[in-house]
Amino acid sequence: MQASVNRTSPYRLLAILLLIALSVLFLFPMYWIITGSVKSIQAVNAATPVWFPLEPTMDNYARLFDRPALMWLWNTILICTMSMLLTCTTASLAGYALAKKNFIGRGIIFAIFISAMALPKQVILIPLLKEMSFLRLHDTPWAVILPTVGWPFGVFLMKQFSENIPGSILEAARIDGAGEVITFTQVVLPIIKPGIGALAIFTFITTWNDYFMQLIMLNSQSKLTISLGIAKLQTEMSNDFGLIMAGAALSAIPITVVFLMFQKFFTRGITMGAVKG
Amino acid sequence: MQITPSMAARKRMRRENLIGYAYMMPAILFFLSFVIFPMGMALVTSFTDYSMDSFNFIGLSNYRRMLQDRVFGKAMGNTILIVLVSVPAVTLFSLWVASLVYKMNKHASSFFRVVFYMPIVTGTVAVTVVWKWMFSRYNGLLNYVLNSIGLINGNISWLGDEAYAIWCIILILFTTSIGQPIVLYISALANVDQSLVEASEVDGANNFQLFWKIKWPQIMNTTLYILVITTINSFQIFALIQLLTSGGPNNATNTIMYNIYYHAFKLNEYGYGNAMGIILAIVIGVFSMIQFKLARSDKE
Repeated sequence: MQASVNRTSPYRLLAILLLIALSVLFLFPMYWIITGSVKSIQAVNAATPVWFPLEPTMDNYARLFDRPALMWLWNTILICTMSMLLTCTTASLAGYALAKKNFIGRGIIFAIFISAMALPKQVILIPLLKEMSFLRLHDTPWAVILPTVGWPFGVFLMKQFSENIPGSILEAARIDGAGEVITFTQVVLPIIKPGIGALAIFTFITTWNDYFMQLIMLNSQSKLTISLGIAKLQTEMSNDFGLIMAGAALSAIPITVVFLMFQKFFTRGITMGAVKG
Repeated sequence: MQITPSMAARKRMRRENLIGYAYMMPAILFFLSFVIFPMGMALVTSFTDYSMDSFNFIGLSNYRRMLQDRVFGKAMGNTILIVLVSVPAVTLFSLWVASLVYKMNKHASSFFRVVFYMPIVTGTVAVTVVWKWMFSRYNGLLNYVLNSIGLINGNISWLGDEAYAIWCIILILFTTSIGQPIVLYISALANVDQSLVEASEVDGANNFQLFWKIKWPQIMNTTLYILVITTINSFQIFALIQLLTSGGPNNATNTIMYNIYYHAFKLNEYGYGNAMGIILAIVIGVFSMIQFKLARSDKE
């Protein structure tokens, strides 16, 4: 009883009010995107802002879908899904081996993976572009997917999760005569599943947002991602904010839904990845 | 323990190694091909005049050119300003939010986490274009609000004015950077050893002492991690610049990463671009090392 009285000090009350006010400010851009996307040109350009569109119009969306916007969305989903699947596969295999297998060079390999994470990812974009051109993958989804899968964060995260696999269970599986494949799929995978879930969402969202990589790797109109598409709208139609907001909404809404659905996994994932390191 | 392993033991060890590397193989292949190899290439080509039509080793010329390049200097200055403002601001603000939120019930804490994570999820580009509209000179919300509460008189071109542009960028960067640190701090604070907290409460420690003496040392690893990732991300700021100002006006918002992009992809000076990238990597490395040193000395 005493404690709960103590906790709501005037400072805390004031701080929480401030926090709520800030929350409103943080949600506001999202609100402004969605309402802006259904405003008429007059309402968008009004000198006195239209706080709520009383006469919503689908005109901006109609103009957005005159362009291959759905194709851009599809490209993005394809790139993100492939990156996610490949990253989860390679990272969970490697993470398990780094945590639970004894092999020569394990320590050094892990150290190299970790130190690469501290380097600025964008610095290698120029050579990556050249490499992709050489492999004839430039301007294809693979030019974005492959470098994303190579980034070592996933391996690091999955190693942290795999540390939790009890050695006794692996030992029992071995005594039962289970081979590597059976042990990994039947014993290891179920235990590290939450980790894979976290990594999946994390990879999906970071790939969705990796604008610089997409900008460099993809050129043709039909290959663009939704982020590149909006950026293109912005350069071509710089003051047509209604249209641009429609594009932003098309990009933001699907990913927000994914995030809200898997929010719990996600918070757990970014926490696990960091705190133990 | 045998000094010379028997044939069987040696065979088993070889098997262990093979299995280990079989698991590692896919990850290593991707890592070597798409991280290590391009890193090596970045370093090597930084000593060349690599462009559309030439590839000659020119020693340290690119690095020497950087020293005299006014725009590079300006971009480095801007980048360091962004880092020096945003890293402490992000760290302190997220610690403040987390310290309020972590004691709340599950729903409230989850709500605030989601709210502050929102700008990241919405996507850099979507967030950036809506800010561009809000900062816009004639139909932007900011000018309207500030005019109507009397803070300014007349419309300001926020992104077109050398005095304001970089601060607008820093503000947007701030809103897109605090999500992850808040989540990390909430879980770190929730994991602080409760018995130590209770013991010092019994000893009559006030809230301030409780925080600095008990909680702060225990969340030090999290703080360090947040400092390092925020530093790396701030140094690499690019999308905001490219979409909002293209480095302008008069290079007032030019940053290293944008400058690299400009030289490598607009002027096709790959060699020079890579040399700037190497310098950026070194600068980031130095900043991270300083943070590690400071954090360590703080612990003792």
